[in-house]
Amino acid sequence: MIEILDARKDQIFKKGSEETFNMACDKVSVAGSVSQRACVFCGSRVVLYPIADALHLIHGPVGCAAYTWDIRGSLSSGPELHRLSFSTDLREEEVIYGGENKLYAALTELIAAYRPKAAFVYATCIVGLIGDDVQAVCRKVAGEQGIDVIPVHSEGFRGTKKDGYKAACEALFQLIGTDDKWVAAPYSINILGDFNLAGETWIIKEYYQRMGVEVVSCMTGDGRVDEIRRAHRAAMNVVQCSGSMTYLAKMMERDYGIPCERVSYFGIEDTADALYRVARRFNNTGILKNTEELVRREVNRIYPEVERYRKDLEGKKAAIYVGGSFKAFSLVKALRHLGIRTAMVGSQTGNREDYEYLEEICDEGTIIVDDTNPLELSRFMSEKNVDLLIGGVKERPIAYKMGVAFCDHNHERKEALAGFEGMINFCREVHGSITSPVWQFSPAKRLRAGKEEVGDENGFRKAANG
Amino acid sequence: MRTDSVKPRTVKKTAPSFVSTRNACKLCAPLGASLVFRGIEGCVPLIHGSQGCATYIRRYVISHFKEPMDIASSNFSETTAIFGGAGNLRIALDNLMSQYKPSAVGIASTCLSETIGDDVRSYLAQYKAAKKGEEIPALIHASTPSYRGTHMEGYHEAVRATVISLAAGGPRSGRLNVVPGFLSAADLRHLKEILDDFQLSYTMLPDYSETLDGEAWSDYRKLSPGGTPVASIRAMGRSAATIQLGKSLAATDTAASYLEEKFGVKAETLGIPIGIGETDRFFRALEKISGAAMPKKYEKERGRLVDAYIDGHKAVAGKRAVVYGEADFVASMASFLDEIGMVPALCATGASTGKFRETVSAGLAAHQKDIIIREDSDFEDMLEICRDIGVDIIIGNSKGYYLAKNLNIPLVRAGFPIHDRIGGQRILHVGYEGTQQLFDRIVNALIAHKQRSSAIGYSYI
Repeated sequence: MIEILDARKDQIFKKGSEETFNMACDKVSVAGSVSQRACVFCGSRVVLYPIADALHLIHGPVGCAAYTWDIRGSLSSGPELHRLSFSTDLREEEVIYGGENKLYAALTELIAAYRPKAAFVYATCIVGLIGDDVQAVCRKVAGEQGIDVIPVHSEGFRGTKKDGYKAACEALFQLIGTDDKWVAAPYSINILGDFNLAGETWIIKEYYQRMGVEVVSCMTGDGRVDEIRRAHRAAMNVVQCSGSMTYLAKMMERDYGIPCERVSYFGIEDTADALYRVARRFNNTGILKNTEELVRREVNRIYPEVERYRKDLEGKKAAIYVGGSFKAFSLVKALRHLGIRTAMVGSQTGNREDYEYLEEICDEGTIIVDDTNPLELSRFMSEKNVDLLIGGVKERPIAYKMGVAFCDHNHERKEALAGFEGMINFCREVHGSITSPVWQFSPAKRLRAGKEEVGDENGFRKAANG
Repeated sequence: MRTDSVKPRTVKKTAPSFVSTRNACKLCAPLGASLVFRGIEGCVPLIHGSQGCATYIRRYVISHFKEPMDIASSNFSETTAIFGGAGNLRIALDNLMSQYKPSAVGIASTCLSETIGDDVRSYLAQYKAAKKGEEIPALIHASTPSYRGTHMEGYHEAVRATVISLAAGGPRSGRLNVVPGFLSAADLRHLKEILDDFQLSYTMLPDYSETLDGEAWSDYRKLSPGGTPVASIRAMGRSAATIQLGKSLAATDTAASYLEEKFGVKAETLGIPIGIGETDRFFRALEKISGAAMPKKYEKERGRLVDAYIDGHKAVAGKRAVVYGEADFVASMASFLDEIGMVPALCATGASTGKFRETVSAGLAAHQKDIIIREDSDFEDMLEICRDIGVDIIIGNSKGYYLAKNLNIPLVRAGFPIHDRIGGQRILHVGYEGTQQLFDRIVNALIAHKQRSSAIGYSYI
């Protein structure tokens, strides 16, 4: 049986257990626990990555750049500079004598060769130690080249992925407001926290256009430096993936008085709710009417197909483990449309408020978990005898080895899962995996076949003996 | 763009013109070490540094092997970076022991822990002293800062560190040690099949042929089964000889050289057996060690391969290839292309050892003078050179898709990583059989490209 580490016990909660809800979160990962989280650098990198006409230079040894080359499925309708991986590739001598000269030379040559609209310079672990004055080098190059060169303070060890989001928001904030000439329509928004994975930003953007709402900038899906410069002229910020972008929205509210709405575009209800909330906020009859029309038409279009899938999936159980908890909320609801109950749900970066909300919307007995690891995941999945895991690349082999279906909801996904049409893709993916005939050959699945929820941690063993 | 008509010419520049690395053709040292550690039975890799290092490497490796790959992290925070990682390392080891019950923990350092001067060796000595009397796993420490070398230096450092930590002397066992280098899981299985067929008793280190290419399970396993048993590694000092694959390893400090110096285990360095020439040398070495003739099965494989070479030779004649990746992989691949009448027009590696030219050239016939051999290269550098010199085909890992897309020529996927296809761990490169598969794939890629580019679309070749 897989034991839970003592240091991890307060980050796990079972709804309906005796104890009152008091889950720990926002903690650094326990050493040796094989957390699924990454680091500060990762947080910054994923948020800024989709800005397609900027140069993204990673200052440090080569690993951090190599592992993040073309890492997200963030599409661009134009330039694709973001898909190249640039590194100062620091070697031993620079670690000893400092990397500023190399950074200066790298920035200068890359800006000359690729003509970016702006440059982001990511500081990695080692830069924080050898004491490079990244800010000064950036300022110097900016002066010489005439573009914004923005340092991102993303040394891996200085906190968690969330601190990386914050560093990215601070970098974005330096660009915002630098184009004051732009005049936005009265009903205009910025889309925050959508990264155009598999073209999702385009789906969302099209909805807003149909509603009569102007989109000033997308941060950062299909992002452009010049759009970000004028983001402060929008009337409202609509924030998805709240973990990464709420901080930016708050800064924009403070300095530019822009109100914000937190939304999600995953699932039927949440997508409809997102669009309605924006429409209501603007309180414009035309927009409201357009929104009603849009939602009605889209829901009518997809509902029969969703229902067809539901017939096959009714009564199945799912485990969800994703990066941000906001996505988890939507997934719990979206799965309900398919008749699938969520038996375990967790996130890498949720906060207290998030987990309280999860506890509220989940069924009795659901396990809620923060910053879990492969062994815990396998234990909970086994305990709950789930049919489906929703997660990312690192979680996928856990599901497959256990004979459990899988849906990739991470940043490497190739199917758009946002909006109404995303819901259909989601249903197809879940249905395709759960109903696949290959599971008949999986020894783990065969052992579990016909078993109800086992109710304790020895799920597999019991099934095997029974 | 068809490149058949482009007249090749020699590019004078020998070093990349950029200070920065653009689309790196290398990975960092802890990745190589982690793979080695997962090739030891019951061993958990532990990366001593930021959480991100372990997670990124896991993601990268899982995307290739499609298998669970748990790598723990000592999870440095800001205070760890100031006061040192002793405490975190201790907690990480405790937690790993209680959760995984491993037989070994392989600790790879990072640029972070090395730069602050963390003395992992002494931390481990303290840890062992504190646990005196308790049963603890074997603790192996590899120094792998990412600013020094690439994933291959990390790989060989980890094999060496493992042997230094575990191997002991004693009466000769007559076994053979095999250090295969960074090969696919299918390659490792094939090497073992060959060794078995020679009826040799051997220890292969590392052996991730099962751990990273396992079966479907009936029950979740904390650590994938398979790998070189710790007890076998301990006995490596008593073996009769060591074969290490990878020509660049000759005259460097490796596990094999250590075993030779320390325990008198004779070391032999061979190229990775890709192509008939290198595979013949490999089999000859096994014949010598075992005293047995090459089993009939392999004679037939070789015969079929020669027959296939002849069947396909016109499709490949004079075709120009770019080959890239780890130095020893490129060297063997280039020598294979050479022997089938192709031109390895550009041989590139991201590593920077000063020996790459020598390693590659040694395996080429005298007439291959016009090729470019480039170290410290990257995919942007390669793209620029390919545009300049004209190439017909790309052979290497899936990151070369970037070249394929830009040059509109075929990519034959080989090596690591294969992130855009299934089955990278099952690509067979070595032996006559592996060469056969590579040959067929290369010929077919060229034919398919010709077929696609033809207005008629030939239905016979």
